[in-house]
Amino acid sequence: MSVEVITIILVLITFAIYTGIGWWSRVKDTSNFYVAGQGVPTIANGAAIAADWMSAASFISMAGLVAFLGYDGTIYLMGWTGGYVLLALLLAPYLRKFGKFTVPDFIGDRFYSNGARAVAAVATIFISLTYISGQMRGVGIVFSRYLQVDIVIGVLIGMAIVGFFALLGGMKGVTWTQAIQYFVIIIAFLIPAFAISFQLTGNPIPQLALTSSDIVERLGEIQIDLGMTEYMAPFTDLSILNVFMITLALMAGTAGLPHVIVRFYTVKSVRAARWSAVWAIIFIGLLYLTAPAVGAFAKYNLIDTIADKPLEEVQNIDWVNKWEATGLLQLDDLNGDGTVNFTGGEDNEVVIDGDIIVLSTPEVANLSPFIIALVAAGGLAAALSTASGLLITMTSAVSHDIYYRIFNKKASESQRLLVGRITLLAALAVAAYVGINPPGFAGEVVALAFGLGAASLFPVILLGIFDKRMNKEGAVAGIITGLSFTLIMIGAILSPSIFGTEEPILNSFFGINAQGVGVVGMVLNFIVSFIVSRMTPEPPKEIQKLIENVRAPELDE
Amino acid sequence: MSQTLTEKQKWYWKKNIKLIIILLIVWFLVGLGAGVLFAEPLSKIQFLNVSLSFWFAHQGAILAFIILILTYAIRMDKLDKQYKEMLEEEKS
Repeated sequence: MSVEVITIILVLITFAIYTGIGWWSRVKDTSNFYVAGQGVPTIANGAAIAADWMSAASFISMAGLVAFLGYDGTIYLMGWTGGYVLLALLLAPYLRKFGKFTVPDFIGDRFYSNGARAVAAVATIFISLTYISGQMRGVGIVFSRYLQVDIVIGVLIGMAIVGFFALLGGMKGVTWTQAIQYFVIIIAFLIPAFAISFQLTGNPIPQLALTSSDIVERLGEIQIDLGMTEYMAPFTDLSILNVFMITLALMAGTAGLPHVIVRFYTVKSVRAARWSAVWAIIFIGLLYLTAPAVGAFAKYNLIDTIADKPLEEVQNIDWVNKWEATGLLQLDDLNGDGTVNFTGGEDNEVVIDGDIIVLSTPEVANLSPFIIALVAAGGLAAALSTASGLLITMTSAVSHDIYYRIFNKKASESQRLLVGRITLLAALAVAAYVGINPPGFAGEVVALAFGLGAASLFPVILLGIFDKRMNKEGAVAGIITGLSFTLIMIGAILSPSIFGTEEPILNSFFGINAQGVGVVGMVLNFIVSFIVSRMTPEPPKEIQKLIENVRAPELDE
Repeated sequence: MSQTLTEKQKWYWKKNIKLIIILLIVWFLVGLGAGVLFAEPLSKIQFLNVSLSFWFAHQGAILAFIILILTYAIRMDKLDKQYKEMLEEEKS
């Protein structure tokens, strides 16, 4: 059987399982739709958080980004895991204690203002839409390569499947589906990692092989020989300022991601929220400790396979052939000498999209077709699990926070559910459009979503818990400042790809690029909220009582 | 009654904050410290087959983050227990 046939069979089996779970755990009331009836066990919730959070960017893009950035790839490794510490220590337990449905709910109630609720809901929609566009690119790539269909059809198939079980199951269905998806993701990531590690170093544990073998050192030497940057040296691809800023933006952004925060509402107690954070970081850590090894090994293997080899020989390799057909890998014999020059300079003849590194790794290492198919299924699981979590979050922001809490306070459960489902379909349509016309690399686009989260929601939630004096005037002014500053800066720095200008309106914000500029937005947010809150009246007594209650220990379980 | 309860809750909150601050200092030092701010000097130190800063950036920091969250969950369980014991003592 060919790789393509095995892939289709495996993908169909996993999809059948997800759909079965969605059907089995389908729900009819809003509490189950949004927060799964708060009865999800800690370990399952941990796995669901891990799957929800580890998107196509983590699975498909990250090892590739690390492979090309070398040391500076730490922005993704450390940024995406380090934010988890902020989330687990500073936000999750208190938001669970507060115990409502959504993030705008907390912000709206804590700041006794529908204005704050609306701003938070809009920020949620912005972040989620930016984020979901990265997922759709991932789905498109997997389908276009392995099912040999047009990327447009691939995205449409993916959206139909996500929509099907998100509509059916709501949060409860999504939670259980995501828990299963985690295991598909991690198995699909680890098996080729073990195999390639054993093949290259003789040590099957990639996490240990990274430091116990001399591969990183050898990779560094080969890269210098070929004229690329040194792999192990810091700040060769990004300045120290940008590495610091982007890492911090990804950290704070992770903590402010509404679709991840809402996961902590689905457990039954504050203690369970703390422990599901523990399980989640263990599950996430398993992939994140493997990714740097996969990145280094894959890069080494790739250079070893194609650099300085005769062009004709390289083009006859099956995987090179098929990736060339997708346009994500381009070989061009510029100097006409018949060999492939793979360098960091002008004479480079290899253009590789970072998003194909993980997907092509098993093929480059000549692993069995079953493993290649497994990786495709894992990539789809990662993209679909995150996409469905984001869809639910956007749906809640519109149907619960905007429609029910602001426009129609008398709405019945079935009306709210109906609005939720209509929103979900609309969001699907937008996501499909963006997936077909992607604005950039999955990892880069996702990083922008994190910057927006860091600049808008993270400060206001943090201050809502830890600063009793913070009032609605401060919070609203802070969110608006942070969000609009960051949006304007991203727009100005990336204007060529967003607005089609010839030159960027701004090259950078004092040396900080678009992915890191969210940190500046975040600092502005903190400063503005602090100043405005001190110049306006303190929050009402009952709000101060509410904050005290959120801080107090939970008595019974 | 509610006054004494507030005292204990205040004690609980203070303990909680202290724990968070300590853990976040460690978080900053191993992550943004060893991985970014002090990366240049630490990259001259060899650790196994890579440089120390590279190890922190690609693996060490992530391991530390896992341990930090685990520590927080364990310490908070202990604090919850202490708090409950204090309340029981009060009653008896």
